[in-house]
Amino acid sequence: MEPLSRSNSTSSPPAILRAVKLTKVYGHGASAVHALRGVDLSLVRGELVVLLGPSGSGKSTLLNILGGLDQPTGGEVLFDGQPLSDADDDRLTRFRRERVGFVFQFYNLISSLTAVENVALVTEIAANPMSPREALDLVGLAERANHFPAELSGGEQQRVAIARAIAKRPEILLCDEPTGALDSQTGVVVLEVIERINREVGTTSLIITHNVSIAGMADRVVTMADGRIVEDRVIETRVAPSAITW
Amino acid sequence: MLDVKLMRDLWRLRGHVVAVALVVASGVALLVMSLSALTSLSATTDAYYQRQGFAEVFAGLKRAPERLATRIGAIPGVQTVETRITAFATVDMEGISEPVTARLVSLPAAGREPLLNRPVLRAGRMVDAGRDDEAILHAPFAEANGLTLGDGLRILMNGKLREVRVVGLALSPEYVYAIAPGGLMPDDRRFGVIWMAREALAAAYDMDGAFNDVSLSLLHGVPPEGVIARLDPLLERYGGTGAVAREDQASNWFLQNELAQLRTMATILPTIFLVVAAFLTNAVLARLIATERREISLLKAFGYSNAAVGWHYAKLALAMALLGVLLGWVLGAGLGRYNTELYSDFFRFPFLHYGPSGAEFAISAVVALGSALAGAASAVGRAVALPPAEAMRPPAPAGFRATLVPEGLARRLDTPTRIVLRQIARTPLRSLVTVAGVSLAVAVLVTALQWGDAIALMVRSQFSDSQRQDMIIAFHELRADRARHDLSRLPGVMSVEPMRIVRADLRAGAHLHRGALTGLPRDAWLQAIHDVGGWTLPVPPGGVVIGSALAAKLGVSPGDRISVEVLEGAHPRFSIEVAAVFETWIEMPAVFALDRLNREMGDPPAFDQAGLLVDPKVQDALFETLREIPGVSAVVVKRHAVATMFETLGETILIFTSFFVVFACALAAGVIYNAARIALSERARELATLRVLGFTRWEISYILIGETALLVLVGLPLGCLVGWGLAMLIAEAFATELYRVPLTVLPPTFGTAVMIVLAASIGSAALVRRRLDRLDLIAVLKTRE
Repeated sequence: MEPLSRSNSTSSPPAILRAVKLTKVYGHGASAVHALRGVDLSLVRGELVVLLGPSGSGKSTLLNILGGLDQPTGGEVLFDGQPLSDADDDRLTRFRRERVGFVFQFYNLISSLTAVENVALVTEIAANPMSPREALDLVGLAERANHFPAELSGGEQQRVAIARAIAKRPEILLCDEPTGALDSQTGVVVLEVIERINREVGTTSLIITHNVSIAGMADRVVTMADGRIVEDRVIETRVAPSAITW
Repeated sequence: MLDVKLMRDLWRLRGHVVAVALVVASGVALLVMSLSALTSLSATTDAYYQRQGFAEVFAGLKRAPERLATRIGAIPGVQTVETRITAFATVDMEGISEPVTARLVSLPAAGREPLLNRPVLRAGRMVDAGRDDEAILHAPFAEANGLTLGDGLRILMNGKLREVRVVGLALSPEYVYAIAPGGLMPDDRRFGVIWMAREALAAAYDMDGAFNDVSLSLLHGVPPEGVIARLDPLLERYGGTGAVAREDQASNWFLQNELAQLRTMATILPTIFLVVAAFLTNAVLARLIATERREISLLKAFGYSNAAVGWHYAKLALAMALLGVLLGWVLGAGLGRYNTELYSDFFRFPFLHYGPSGAEFAISAVVALGSALAGAASAVGRAVALPPAEAMRPPAPAGFRATLVPEGLARRLDTPTRIVLRQIARTPLRSLVTVAGVSLAVAVLVTALQWGDAIALMVRSQFSDSQRQDMIIAFHELRADRARHDLSRLPGVMSVEPMRIVRADLRAGAHLHRGALTGLPRDAWLQAIHDVGGWTLPVPPGGVVIGSALAAKLGVSPGDRISVEVLEGAHPRFSIEVAAVFETWIEMPAVFALDRLNREMGDPPAFDQAGLLVDPKVQDALFETLREIPGVSAVVVKRHAVATMFETLGETILIFTSFFVVFACALAAGVIYNAARIALSERARELATLRVLGFTRWEISYILIGETALLVLVGLPLGCLVGWGLAMLIAEAFATELYRVPLTVLPPTFGTAVMIVLAASIGSAALVRRRLDRLDLIAVLKTRE
């Protein structure tokens, strides 16, 4: 067990986000569904973690709770040492607004805003954002800045979504099946962007996927099944996303 | 099976359904209310007139021998002749210092039942034949003055004070709208009708074997004009003042005028609501069909025909409208009944036929369902036209362009505001419907609320700018000029101004107006020729100054000549030049110099009315003295006239205004709810995304409601403008010879209308906003729209 505080422990690097004995039960009585059955997980600053697992394994539920979208039934989430589990709606909103970047499977761009405006939407309410142009530059879409989502390909839309997620300089980037709606070739481009952000900006990143091929690009691969973490494996040598195919 | 889907759709869309139904219901209710009140009042009036033998021609004269009745009866087309003795008199009542005027009307001699204009006894009995101390009072007059059977009152008849006892209370078709001569509104406290035995009036007014009033009924289908043309010359040498047909009889004229206004209401207002309802139906269906593309294609793939699919969605529109129709029927029938009762109370009908013909229900249903179908047509057409394969694919992502807002400005706007502007620009038609709905709600309110402004202005113009005297005294007979000095010596009288009004036919070319000539002294200032523009015209030495409505009716302008036939005295005929035309809202005045009028009439300097300026402190002493003066037929106190006008109109307007407030709120709420709800259904995913990205509830509320709010903000001032136009339309439709409602809307009226619609919009938007608290943030992470 790691210490609970964000102390300068020499035994392990400081955890930015920690889940302790998380449980989540939907419904009750005979029809209760145990989505999480006691999950312990720590994300260390700067690391890129891939969370693998089949549908229904509980990985999305875990991401929702880590991202402050849902409350656990039991256990605790600590962000930077502070408990999130008992936060009210306002605090969770502030948490998402200031500390977390989200990337969705279906991009979820605002269709009435151009690429740069979709990024600006977030930078306008963030405390210490990069400029929207800079964010688009990081995902390699500076020249598409003034296009509306309807004028962009799926891969481009997902890169805009990533730019939007990282523009506020979040401490953690949560990606939910970021390549799920993309073909392999486009998916790789998106993964490259995530990898580059992690490497260059140092944003702690958690990628949820059921695509095992992606695992190679991570520092660590966590595998879930039936609401539990069944494997937590450190990758010695990260593989470049360009080398990944599926 | 499709019907099961229909029922579920209706339940799922219940918010929309209710919103559309409310607007439809408002339109239907207005239509049913107006039409059923109209039908009922017309039927009641007709039955009342028929039962009580309401005459078709009325004529007043000075004095004619009874045998003239036979000659009148011989005029072709005349069915029944009834002669009467009528007179204006002042009434003295215990505890009331102010002068009260009554119209005395004779009942046939020897206790015979009147042939025409039969009063309806509400209490007591008819007067006994020959009794000169019994009277029947017009019921509203008795009520207003707290008189009942057995009470006594004193009437100053031809200079002699006579004590009479109330033996009956009655209503009459002739006085449905009991209005004092020259009055604008019934004032039951100060003007009433008193029926007495013919013998009593004959003795008091020296009318033995004579009459001074005649009413006729005509054979079926005989137009009154021909009969009047023969009657007038017959009465001329007996001081006839020109006969009028039933349509110009004061009470009936007012009544018919009200019915005409109801008819106008029945056309203009429901149309507004039903047109908006049609557009709402369209918006709701268009959105539903957009979200059900897959289901539609599936239905078609299963082999449902285009007609079946189209009919399915058309039924949805019809169901929404039908709910509104049913609601509107119930509401409209209730309001129609209430409205009819209100009118019959105001008009004093002895009975009430509230019998909607059924046609108003049928008409309103056909119109409402028709407009819903018309509104649904294009949306349903789109569903029908959707090829099955096409429908299986998701709709192309919404294409957006930069807004109409210049980029320079757009750059300065925050991103949420840009979302709002682009959404509006992307759905211009829907935005337009919202703006139109809001502005029509404001317009309806402005129209309803401005009546108060208009009437206040009318009253001010009439009673303070035009009539500056405190009271007007009218005499039975002409008074010699020197009588002025007698009046000025009465207690508290500070100034006296003579006046003379003669009934006259005014002609220019083929145009005729049966009205009056008003003679004013050249230096008149108590009774002024006041133009509503704010200036006063002098009494011209030679020509006549006429109101613009009269100028329009006669087709004359300054410099033209009018030929006059006075309907009194020796019926002099002369021609005068139009010296000036002035704008006035009340009546159709023709003002002439008093000395010229007297000369044309062949009389020495004289007057028959006088305006007085009175010291209010000694007013009661003046009233006391006036009661004693013989020959006074009426005393009109201005203060009372103003108060009565406001009271009567105020009550009616308040009731109508509250109807309109409810309907306008339903309109605004319905439109806003639908707009916000559709926006939410289209944008729920984006809004949830923003919540995930860290936007607060209020920040996403701004994006959702901002669009609707902006449209409301555009709609409000536009509504004021449309309201102005609608008020103008209605003012024009309501204009009559007696009064023209001025078009004036005071700032507080606009303010009130705007605040009411704003409140309804906010309430309705808040209802939708609450759903943002229940957005499913997790679902958007996984699902495609």
